[in-house]
Amino acid sequence: MFRLSYRLTWAKIRDAMCLAVPVKIVSIDGDQAETEIAGVKRRVSIVLTPEAKIGDYVLLHTGYAISVLDQAEAEETLKLLEEIASLSEIH
Amino acid sequence: MKFIDEYQDNKLAKGLAWQIAQRSTKTIRLMEFCGGHTHAILRHGIRQLVPETVGLRSGPGCPVCVTATADLDKAIALAHLPGVILTTFGDMIRVPGSYSSLQQAKAEGADVRIVYSTIDALEIARANPEKSVIFIGIGFETTAPTTAASILQAQHDRLENFHVLSLSKLTPPVMKALLDSGEVKLEGIVCPGHVSVIIGSHPYEFIPRDYGVACVISGFEPLDILLCIDKLVQQIEKGEPKIEIAYHRGVKPEGNRKARQLMEDVFEIGEANWRGIGIVPQSGFKMRGKYEQFDADKAFSVPVKPSREPEGCRCGDVIRGAATPLECKLFRKVCTPERPVGPCMVSSEGACAAYYQFGTPENSQSS
Ligand code: SF4
Repeated sequence: MFRLSYRLTWAKIRDAMCLAVPVKIVSIDGDQAETEIAGVKRRVSIVLTPEAKIGDYVLLHTGYAISVLDQAEAEETLKLLEEIASLSEIH
Repeated sequence: MKFIDEYQDNKLAKGLAWQIAQRSTKTIRLMEFCGGHTHAILRHGIRQLVPETVGLRSGPGCPVCVTATADLDKAIALAHLPGVILTTFGDMIRVPGSYSSLQQAKAEGADVRIVYSTIDALEIARANPEKSVIFIGIGFETTAPTTAASILQAQHDRLENFHVLSLSKLTPPVMKALLDSGEVKLEGIVCPGHVSVIIGSHPYEFIPRDYGVACVISGFEPLDILLCIDKLVQQIEKGEPKIEIAYHRGVKPEGNRKARQLMEDVFEIGEANWRGIGIVPQSGFKMRGKYEQFDADKAFSVPVKPSREPEGCRCGDVIRGAATPLECKLFRKVCTPERPVGPCMVSSEGACAAYYQFGTPENSQSS
């Protein structure tokens, strides 16, 4: 149903300026952080997310982390979706 | 990849599609205000997954597309000034202005460089102290804080040769402008996820309250968008429009305080010129007087001839959601991504480009 073969590449990320992608912070140096996505490392600015810690996933937009992703909320949403899916299977 | 793959699951998508079909009885029209959503809806065939009662329309959500031709003409004129390096996000470069484009300016010898981030533009300014580096600051509330951050950095580093042509825009005021015009009737709005990461949910509160239009903030994976549509249908069926967040992992009701603080420090709110819409009050980020030295509008003056739109191009109508790309006579026949007539075909976030790339007769029909 979905084009799952589609994978984000840096070229695509650079293409679309309003895109933001989740990357993991591996180290922090002042207001800069080293991040990783699918094995690709990249330095990003964390001036907009001073609360970001090592191990956090942040949304990366044009070189800046704009938000720290909330892992608990992400799991909560997926749980809700699982419930809807099992409901739909009963019907 | 974490936070991406889980939200593309087929089984969960079918479950959501089933739930939407169960709920939906009224024929409604929803509008998305983000080019990222337009792209994702077409790419993943979301239109085929939702029942026929749910119509989806694209609104003014592509930052390159909404940039007024007059503003682009000014950027092109700036690029031609001696001693100037013009830096821009990539999509801008191929957009046709009234008489030229940035690409053409470059071919004619102007120093135009594509950057991925304002950080790259600052780097170019550092490396070229004898030149004036101008960054074209387009984008919505997602991008405006990164432009603000670059101006603060330039001030901190005393990079006096760095300038921004501030063309950033605000989303809620243009939603208001479209609703006030009444040109396209809407029951619900798919609110932009990454704009909302910054501004939170409060700035949309007037929409359900004053216009009775449902509002749900959505992420960008297929499941995010389906979840958003499900919540919108639920609100509309109940007759209880409100603002909801369906993208909790990224968006907090208060938004990103730090980012908002930087924007408020650097920018004040004024009117802005939108392609296809015209002047919208309170919808533009203008640089405050204290940062005047970095303001390209203050530092340089260029003569600009009256602007004109490409002949036959319906980008303006497409941006307002008054027409779909399929209603443009030039679509696919004359206008293609290789030879774009208007910006909506240039930008990867433009509706015409998304319809061209992913549209099939079933999923791109007018709605
Ligand atoms: S298809 Fe091309 S000419 Fe038609 S509205 Fe879109 S960009 Fe303009």
